[in-house]
Amino acid sequence: MTLDKREKNHIEKLPTHIPGFELISLGGLPCGRTTLISGTAGSAKTVFASQFLAEGIRQGNEGGVFVTFEEGTNDIRRNMLGFGWDIQQWEKEGKWAFVDASPQPGTEPIVIGEYDLGALLARIENAVRRVDARRVSLDSLGAIFTQFTDNNTLRRELFRVVSALKAMGVTAVITAERTEEYGDIARYGFEEFVADNVVILRNVMEDEKRRRTVEILKFRGTNHQKGEFPFTIMPDQGLVIIPLSAIELKQKSTDIRITSGNRELDQMCGGGFFRDSVVLVSGATGTGKTLMVTSFMAGGAMNDERCLLFAFEESREQLFRNAVGWGVDFEQMEREGKLRVVCEYPETTGIEDHLIRMKQTIEEFEPNRVAVDSLSALERVSTMKGFREFVISLTSFIKHRELAGLFTSTTPTLLGGTSITEAHISTTTDSIILLRYVEIYGEMRRGITVLKMRGSMHDKEIREFIIDGGGMHIGKPFRNISGILSGNFVHVAPAEMDRINSLFTEDEEDGKEM
Amino acid sequence: MNKYILRLYITGQTPKSERAIENLRRICEDELDGQYQMVIIDVLERPQLAEDEKILATPTLIKELPPPLRRIIGDLSDTEKVLLGLELRRST
Repeated sequence: MTLDKREKNHIEKLPTHIPGFELISLGGLPCGRTTLISGTAGSAKTVFASQFLAEGIRQGNEGGVFVTFEEGTNDIRRNMLGFGWDIQQWEKEGKWAFVDASPQPGTEPIVIGEYDLGALLARIENAVRRVDARRVSLDSLGAIFTQFTDNNTLRRELFRVVSALKAMGVTAVITAERTEEYGDIARYGFEEFVADNVVILRNVMEDEKRRRTVEILKFRGTNHQKGEFPFTIMPDQGLVIIPLSAIELKQKSTDIRITSGNRELDQMCGGGFFRDSVVLVSGATGTGKTLMVTSFMAGGAMNDERCLLFAFEESREQLFRNAVGWGVDFEQMEREGKLRVVCEYPETTGIEDHLIRMKQTIEEFEPNRVAVDSLSALERVSTMKGFREFVISLTSFIKHRELAGLFTSTTPTLLGGTSITEAHISTTTDSIILLRYVEIYGEMRRGITVLKMRGSMHDKEIREFIIDGGGMHIGKPFRNISGILSGNFVHVAPAEMDRINSLFTEDEEDGKEM
Repeated sequence: MNKYILRLYITGQTPKSERAIENLRRICEDELDGQYQMVIIDVLERPQLAEDEKILATPTLIKELPPPLRRIIGDLSDTEKVLLGLELRRST
């Protein structure tokens, strides 16, 4: 195929301006064609259909026509105002036109003989001309079947409507009802053949939690991302899709080091964290994770960096009081504009909403450092799949913006153990630091070790640390004890330690290998 | 006898439109004895009128007077049903 021919056959895409949709659709909806949006009741079909028009007007100043078969126009105007879409105003400005095909009150019409939907078509064409529309939404197909009973006529007429839309050169979405989340594409079994493209919206119940996803099932003659992508509905935005695999893994990598806020830990890490890396700190409750977050923030502020802390476990007052106890003045840092602390209960909203709010806060505050304390708290409000997606998405977002990230994760057991958080996050983070309780002859001490440090040498020892009014102080390695990470401590006599050490000469190089 | 006001919405000069006009004209002449006013509206020429009445299908016949308002969709090929629909016959 020659290049010219390829270009001729190339299907252009129209950006929907629905956040995230361009990433999963590789550019938007196929231009000049019709896309079926299918979903069960409450799957946000009408929101999608409205947002497609609203964003066309807001972002591209493109006129839109909304054909409603179901809800009255007044209901739609009122419902969509909640998303900040002032349809009435747009109607006045000649950018939005309704074609009201909803059932009219009064007696049902009697059908005698043959008919077609010529009047509907004429009305759509009229409206498209009137507002110079480039986008048309029809919502929802199922409702017209309750007004007319002759399915064969309807099927023929709907094909006619779709080909007329194509002839008008508009890009259209048609919504259709489904009866189940995983089953026939749409209720009447032929809707998918009317349109060139099919997008499915789902609202699945999983572990007593609702999870919304969007999937592009087919785009005739053009590419798209495969699979389901989570989305949420934000009060003042409408649909926001969270693309996962669409996030490109092409973050630049730097070798610029930044301080962890603790000199000894910097040494253990081979000179500090990397400026654009994500570090996971794992430990049982009370091992000092929040302290590490506090030092990380303080270390940033000291070097005139902007720091952002998302706290899901403790209140603002608690955090600030604790920080003072370790010699860090959060209040002062906030006054100087170097710190923002966002405290939220994980249960206030779904995990997708948390993610979007966090991203928005990051975009708005433009920090150099971001800390999340703790990720595990968010595990509670989400399904496993949802949580995994959250972690991947947040990590990619932070790395994409070349920020330093520090996440904490609480292990469920006091001694040893890992958490679900770690299982999901360990491969996406650059460094992992473990904080563990160590029992020595009936006394609880604390140990720290750098488990992984991508692209750098680091200390492999498990070192003891203490916490006092000045924060964390890291000391000597635990010498005569093993099994700390598993929580099964075995005390080893010093003589035995020396003997074992002498067996492995490369231990001399300890801390210098990758 | 009350005067009948009937409006027939069609789309262009299609066979269906012609049939509907012919059927309606015959029924009026046979049954209404000149006491009627019949308006034919081509929605391709006057789409706004279809918009105002929220008409989807063509042909659509609206009986505006005498009340109650009635809508009949189709080419009116069954005269008996049309008479029932316009309440010119009682159902038996």
